[in-house]
Amino acid sequence: MSPTPLAWYLGLSAVLFTVGVLGVLVRRNVIIIFMAIEIMLNAVNLAFVAFARSLGSMDGQVMVFFVMTVAAAEAAVGLAIILAIFRSRGTTNADELVSLKW
Amino acid sequence: MSELLFLVLAVLTVTAATSVVAVANPVRSALGLVATLFLLSIFFVALDAQLVAVLQVIVYAGAIVVLFLFVIMLLNLQGERRVTGGMGLVAAATAGALALTAFLVTLLARAATAPAATLPPGFGETRALAERLFTAHLLAFELTSLLLLVAVVGAVALSRR
Repeated sequence: MSPTPLAWYLGLSAVLFTVGVLGVLVRRNVIIIFMAIEIMLNAVNLAFVAFARSLGSMDGQVMVFFVMTVAAAEAAVGLAIILAIFRSRGTTNADELVSLKW
Repeated sequence: MSELLFLVLAVLTVTAATSVVAVANPVRSALGLVATLFLLSIFFVALDAQLVAVLQVIVYAGAIVVLFLFVIMLLNLQGERRVTGGMGLVAAATAGALALTAFLVTLLARAATAPAATLPPGFGETRALAERLFTAHLLAFELTSLLLLVAVVGAVALSRR
């Protein structure tokens, strides 16, 4: 049994998730926003693994496996979209990409 | 993992994650992301998730961050002059983030009191993960292959315009 209690891991996970949310909210470069999303995904992964350890079930780790797969697919498509946007608009600043705004 | 070691690593992880969000140069953000992911993999090892830890380093720190660095290189991004939105936005976002932390901590504190289960033998090994993956989660596993195929085709189609 690991001496570090589950609550500590969950607390770290919550703090990391908040850092990611803060990054999405305050940064204007879409690539940095993307990285902040990856931090949030990893915070959730930490919670999954901590719960899997605490409950003695492997399903939490299987879920992390799927989260990583989806994150890889998301990064590939998302970065391709960013490249396409940069080619047509010449910017990666979220404040200047307002064509869809009503 | 001893509690002192946990605290040191936790502080390092949060610092690295904060540097991703706070630094102006995108390349430094990507390096901060590598540090965050690597430190998280240490926590995974401490939580008996060896395979997940290895996948974290290979897939995340290896493949995904390199993809980020490639895009930063292709776009030739420099440090930004104005890193964030206005002061009002930053203040509102910080207040919201603090509220979110408080909310998450109270929510998770309820779950954290559950007594720890005794671990089955071989917990966290590749065999145990593979057994669950190829029995209970087989359909989801097969669907991820479809997802990855769609992602590859989509990425190629998007970037070839």
